[in-house]
Amino acid sequence: MSDYAAFFIEIRDGKIRNVSYETATVARNLAKESGLIPIGIAVGSGFSTDLDIFGKYGIPEVVAVDHAGFSDYSPEAYTAAVVDFIKKYNPSFFIMSASAMGKDLSPRIAARLDTELISDIIDIKLVDGKIEAVKPVFAGKARITISTNSPIQFVTLRPKVFLPSEDSATSCTVTASDFDPSSVEVRARIKEVIKGTSGKVDLTEADIIVSGGRGLQDTKNFDILEKLAEAVGGVVGASRAVVDAGWRPHADQVGQTGKTVTPGLYIAIGISGAIQHLAGMSSSKCIVAVNKDPDAPIFTIADYGIVGDLFEIVPALTEEFNKVIR
Amino acid sequence: MKTVVCVKQVPDSETKVVIPEGGLWIDDSNVNYVLNPYDEYAVEEALRIQEKLGGEIIIVSAGPGRAATAIRNALAMGANSGVHIKDDNLRMGLSVAKILAEAIKPLEPDLILLGKQAIDDDNLQVGPMIAELLNLPSVSVVSKLEITENGGTAERDIEGGKEVMEFSLPAVITAQKGLNEPRYASLKGIMMAKKKPMVEKQASDIPGGITITKMEYPPKRQEGKTFKNGVEAVPEVVRLLREEAKAI
Ligand SMILES: Cc1cc2nc3c(=O)[nH]c(=O)nc-3n(C[C@H](O)[C@H](O)[C@H](O)COP(=O)(O)OP(=O)(O)OC[C@H]3O[C@@H](n4cnc5c(N)ncnc54)[C@H](O)[C@@H]3O)c2cc1C
Ligand SMILES: Nc1ncnc2c1ncn2[C@@H]1O[C@H](COP(=O)(O)O)[C@@H](O)[C@H]1O
Repeated sequence: MSDYAAFFIEIRDGKIRNVSYETATVARNLAKESGLIPIGIAVGSGFSTDLDIFGKYGIPEVVAVDHAGFSDYSPEAYTAAVVDFIKKYNPSFFIMSASAMGKDLSPRIAARLDTELISDIIDIKLVDGKIEAVKPVFAGKARITISTNSPIQFVTLRPKVFLPSEDSATSCTVTASDFDPSSVEVRARIKEVIKGTSGKVDLTEADIIVSGGRGLQDTKNFDILEKLAEAVGGVVGASRAVVDAGWRPHADQVGQTGKTVTPGLYIAIGISGAIQHLAGMSSSKCIVAVNKDPDAPIFTIADYGIVGDLFEIVPALTEEFNKVIR
Repeated sequence: MKTVVCVKQVPDSETKVVIPEGGLWIDDSNVNYVLNPYDEYAVEEALRIQEKLGGEIIIVSAGPGRAATAIRNALAMGANSGVHIKDDNLRMGLSVAKILAEAIKPLEPDLILLGKQAIDDDNLQVGPMIAELLNLPSVSVVSKLEITENGGTAERDIEGGKEVMEFSLPAVITAQKGLNEPRYASLKGIMMAKKKPMVEKQASDIPGGITITKMEYPPKRQEGKTFKNGVEAVPEVVRLLREEAKAI
């Protein structure tokens, strides 16, 4: 029987990514319920001094694999480091985020350990010591409850669904791992990281998204959406029609073949609400839609819909937000 | 260049999901099955690599009898031959990866392409798992790919940017939208596909490791409010966002 409920701490550019507090929170709650010790594993370079912050989340120990060889992400080296940790600590649970890194890394870790993986979950509970997790399928048109018999219960969390919560603070011991990446054969490595042009928050992490559709008519009209986004403190997204037309980059696309987003507020402007678009945004907490067609399907899932011309409504919304917010 | 492309047959993205009473998967009696859209990008990319570097493209799919149609679709686009691993079990994750890896290994490909995700289970698992099982490097969620005789570079989407990865061959790559624009099969391609070689095998007895205990619809969203008075509704909506929804 193992002593631990483990979670992965994601490091990028030497900094802890916010999804790590989501995995910490879930691991800690599982640990409490099953009498285990929550423990974190962080892989990267030049970061370990920050890790004691996990004490605030009730985490007594974090293992740091801090080595220049991990300054850039590499699926092979990171898999080796995490698997080394899992073999040493033998946790009952292993929790990662379904972030870009998590999606790439988790299946490799699972296959190396010969354990099943339940990915992109939105709900979790313990039944007889095993995880029962809920995961959306068919682009969110249905959800399934899954369990596995694997000795390590391994899941990835959909970002922004499990909100981080602090706990009675403990002091967090940071244990340095002696794992050395030079022993790993790395055949795929990062050559370069291209930062998004605007350096804006990624859609999957944004609290407010203002998305534009074909109704905007032209790439230059996205100016008015940028202004609206700025007024509400959000980032701009897009429908596929807009991306396919070359008005916005693919990284902005929301939907089945784009990003799945879960912001607190999603404002859809000039988007009809095709099923593939809804797939990516229908679990947003609050949805506002602006469309001139009263029968546009987007209104069926909107909390607040405004029927009318977006070229009138968007500037008015911007003005009103500017008035009301601070 | 010998390329293997793994393709899955899935319900098309327009499918209206119907869950039978107490059922653990959708009722597929009215479902239109298609080649998984991300796998189309993978097939297209294999064809473009073949146009540049020559070689052959083998399509591998595990699934029931109907999955042969997905293989034929890929052959009609221009791939050379198919391997159909017949399997009637509903599977996802590691057991699929094991079945596919076992079939791919003896083919000794230089490159293995997959979709990043199957649009039925939305799992994003099989590609990197196959890489691990075959001890190969992998790059997943790739939106740009450059292959040469012994290696390549790939761009993968990450939060707020892209990672450009360099890798050696053989390697496993999973395709994201944006990688290319898949071609339509020509009539000639469709005719020729019927005559292309397709090997059928029985899936080995690998047990599925996951159990689905329930399938349900997502909870209905609360009925919303729609305002028909256009721009005049703006102050009211902003007030509701603030006071009722507490969203701003
Ligand atoms: C396999 C597959 C995957 C797909 N994946 C995605 C995906 O990931 N994301 C996605 O978004 N789509 C996806 N699609 C495409 C999807 O089916 C739709 O075609 C697309 O979402 C439509 O984009 P739209 O709403 O911007 O355009 P349209 O459907 O053309 O809608 C434009 C809307 O703007 C409104 N409008 C026009 N002018 C004004 C005005 N002046 N004021 C107010 N309203 C106005 C119109 O009434 C209309 O409702 C996918 C399709 C397939 C087949
Ligand atoms: N049964 C299968 N047969 C062949 N390829 C598959 C199968 N299942 C999944 N794949 C491949 O793996 C990718 C990812 O699938 P998944 O992990 O289920 O999201 C798909 O896009 C396919 O390329």
